[in-house]
Amino acid sequence: MTETADIDRSSGPLLAARDLVRHFPSARGAAVAGVSFEVMPGELIALLGPSGCGKTTTLRLTGGFERPDAGTISLNGRDVTNLPPEKRGIGFVFQDYALFPHLSVAANVAFGLRHASAADQRKRTAQMLEMVGLADLAERMPHQLSGGQQQRVALARTLAPAPPLVLLDEPFSNLDAALRVETRQEVRRLLKQAGSAAILVTHDQEEALALADRIAVMHAGRILQMSTPDDVYRRPADEFVARFIGRSNIVPACANGFLAQTDFGDLAIDRTMYGNVRLAVKPEQFVLTPAEDGNGVVIGREFRGHDQLYWVRVGGTEIMAIAATNSLLTIGTPVRLTTSEPVALFEQAVAENS
Amino acid sequence: MTTLVTGGRKRAAPAIFVIPAILVGLAMLVPIFYLVLRATEADFGTVASLVFRPRTGQLLLNTTALVAGVLILATAIAAPLAWLTTRTSLKGRRIAHILVVLPLAVPGYVMAYALIGLSGYYGFMNTLFGWTFPRPQGWLGATLALSLYTYPYIYLNLRAALGSIDASLEESARALGASPREVFFRVTLPYLRPALFSGWLVVGLYVIGDFGAVALMRYEVFSYALYTQYAAAYDRIYAAWLALIMITIAVSVIWWESKLREGAHFARTGTGSGVRSSLSSLSTLPSVAAWCFIALVALASLGLPVSVLAFWLSAEPLLPSLPALLTSFWHSVSVAVPSALLAGALALPVAVMAVRYPSPLSSAINRLAFIGYAVPPLAFALAFVFISLGFARPLYQSHLLLVIAYSLAFLALALGPIRAALYLARPSLEEAARSLGYSPLSVVAHVVFPLIRRGVIGGMVLVFVIAMKELPIAFLLAPTGYRSLAITLFSRTSEGMLVNAAPYAAAIIIFSGLFVGVVLRHEAKHD
Repeated sequence: MTETADIDRSSGPLLAARDLVRHFPSARGAAVAGVSFEVMPGELIALLGPSGCGKTTTLRLTGGFERPDAGTISLNGRDVTNLPPEKRGIGFVFQDYALFPHLSVAANVAFGLRHASAADQRKRTAQMLEMVGLADLAERMPHQLSGGQQQRVALARTLAPAPPLVLLDEPFSNLDAALRVETRQEVRRLLKQAGSAAILVTHDQEEALALADRIAVMHAGRILQMSTPDDVYRRPADEFVARFIGRSNIVPACANGFLAQTDFGDLAIDRTMYGNVRLAVKPEQFVLTPAEDGNGVVIGREFRGHDQLYWVRVGGTEIMAIAATNSLLTIGTPVRLTTSEPVALFEQAVAENS
Repeated sequence: MTTLVTGGRKRAAPAIFVIPAILVGLAMLVPIFYLVLRATEADFGTVASLVFRPRTGQLLLNTTALVAGVLILATAIAAPLAWLTTRTSLKGRRIAHILVVLPLAVPGYVMAYALIGLSGYYGFMNTLFGWTFPRPQGWLGATLALSLYTYPYIYLNLRAALGSIDASLEESARALGASPREVFFRVTLPYLRPALFSGWLVVGLYVIGDFGAVALMRYEVFSYALYTQYAAAYDRIYAAWLALIMITIAVSVIWWESKLREGAHFARTGTGSGVRSSLSSLSTLPSVAAWCFIALVALASLGLPVSVLAFWLSAEPLLPSLPALLTSFWHSVSVAVPSALLAGALALPVAVMAVRYPSPLSSAINRLAFIGYAVPPLAFALAFVFISLGFARPLYQSHLLLVIAYSLAFLALALGPIRAALYLARPSLEEAARSLGYSPLSVVAHVVFPLIRRGVIGGMVLVFVIAMKELPIAFLLAPTGYRSLAITLFSRTSEGMLVNAAPYAAAIIIFSGLFVGVVLRHEAKHD
């Protein structure tokens, strides 16, 4: 799914943000409280978090629409912390697309090309509209376009000056659900085709997982974990990430090497650890087997088509587990709960081989 | 969500907007302050003998009767028309709409002129049909003239509300078991209330402030009393008190309107797009009846002034009066153009504050900006007379003073379109241009100005056209030798020189027609 071949890791990072801090006078606490991250050329990053976590402010700091109270931002090794947005050469796609209502589609796309010759402007505009599949709508005005078309024009306008980095603020939130899934692969394709790196802000984990090469999960002005979608999903760095990405069962346990003792038996863990820990087990990591002498009992279920989500009571806790539909279990069925693979864990324990 | 304008990201307004906006707000307060100052010059005994006398009670009664009469008659005309043009399948609705809005082009004093011109021995009716009737005057005459001019304001408000009502509201009432009749009284009518109130507010303030029609109809209300006080027996203290009473009445009307509106909050809640109501279909007979009603209204409010005017215009050759008409026209233009420019320039920082830097200060300034609109024009003008006589003597009876008074009085008119245009120029548009390599200054040139140009020009055009036909303020502040179209028309009509007044009335109607054209075009764009 994630094609990482087009990310250029030979040179240094394209963008490096170091210890960014931003306070707003009227708000309690910092909106951004020490954020550092790097973006490689051609890489697609998602800033993911609940509303108010500081992701949009981080994006606006990167774009130059806000100035940090502390910290630096460098682009291609050059410090741009105090440069105004127009001097950074970073593209920005706005949540509301921000198409100029007084200009035609073509004029919107050509807006950022004013230093090119008229002929070059026309050529590049036609090329961009061709790329987003709107060549025949060049003379329309923005209000005559559908939401999805407006978004593609906004993307074409942003990509026209070939910026090395594009920032996207909740780019799919104004589209309806069906269009959203379709559009996000289209956007990923266009960005990869243009060779631009991108930072995307979203509160939708599904969107981040589907689109990004790496995800930065943010909470309360900080990045809690920044890693590949697979890592963030399977090996959450802490309980917040575990709960925010997918549904996770948080199970208190006592680790003893490769195994952790829980209320319902020993589970394999993905690294050696000793002492009190918390396990983060995804519902699909559980295996449910009907068994008269099982350690749990089915107390609820949700039909999901290709599989079923069960609620199982084991000991004193309720566990969510996903099982294939061919093993339909009725409520009250006694089951044995095991895991199919070593599970992730975190919290105050002494790691042996860190 | 991650909207751009959360509380946290609010920025402080730059001084180049704050300072002019504060100055505009203060300028609005100066006239009122000065009226109070003059009014309280006298000792209490004098004031009591001036104010607390039967005449004041009579004036109050007359003013109330006039406001009530106009509101009732204008609503009776406007409500059925609004329903017919928005909620029925009546043939020719669009034409009916234009016919019904056009009377906005015939100011109250022109309507009064037409009603007067209809009557009398030399009048239209006697000459054409041999039918003489007495000159309309008093309460009836003033109510008729003002209702026929002001009902379009109520009509436009009701029409907008009826057009915006979400069909699902009425449909869910039906689904809950209400009959069409019940739906009308329990859903539609309550929904229309805010629109009706704001229409009444506009008309009420206009009637309280109107001077031309009541003076021509010789109906004794406060503005007429203030005028005679000023024109004949010039008693500054009594005039100041009359002005303050008028302002108090206007303020209480505004207070009542906002009180009534508090209980009526009917914005759509929930998401999803609203559904347009379906149209009631009218069969032949009701359609004919509807058109009869529309024709009657159009005949009274449009046909009457136009035909009376045509009659008086044809009574004498036009050519000899042309030079005087042109001079008069030029006088009007020479004040209206600078007033429009100044009002636009003053409104811009106020609008920017309201849209881009919302704060208690900016909303206070925006409220103050409406003083000029709410204060009855004669009272407003009187304050300027006092101010110039008091400590700006060279300004007294100068063009500049009239221009300043106009730009403050009509500032609120310019504010509306400018604010609407600024809302259109969302901050993200400016940021988009910045991210595409434009400096703040070139963003203004390439994005902000093209977006708000229409609004600024629209606001200025409104002020210009209103100033072209303005009467009461011009009357009190006219520079020596200043004979605008409205002043000439008024003085000739009040002297009974209806023939000589006709070209001026025609010129005003043509000009006001422009104003209506602007309104109609604006509306068509939003349909």
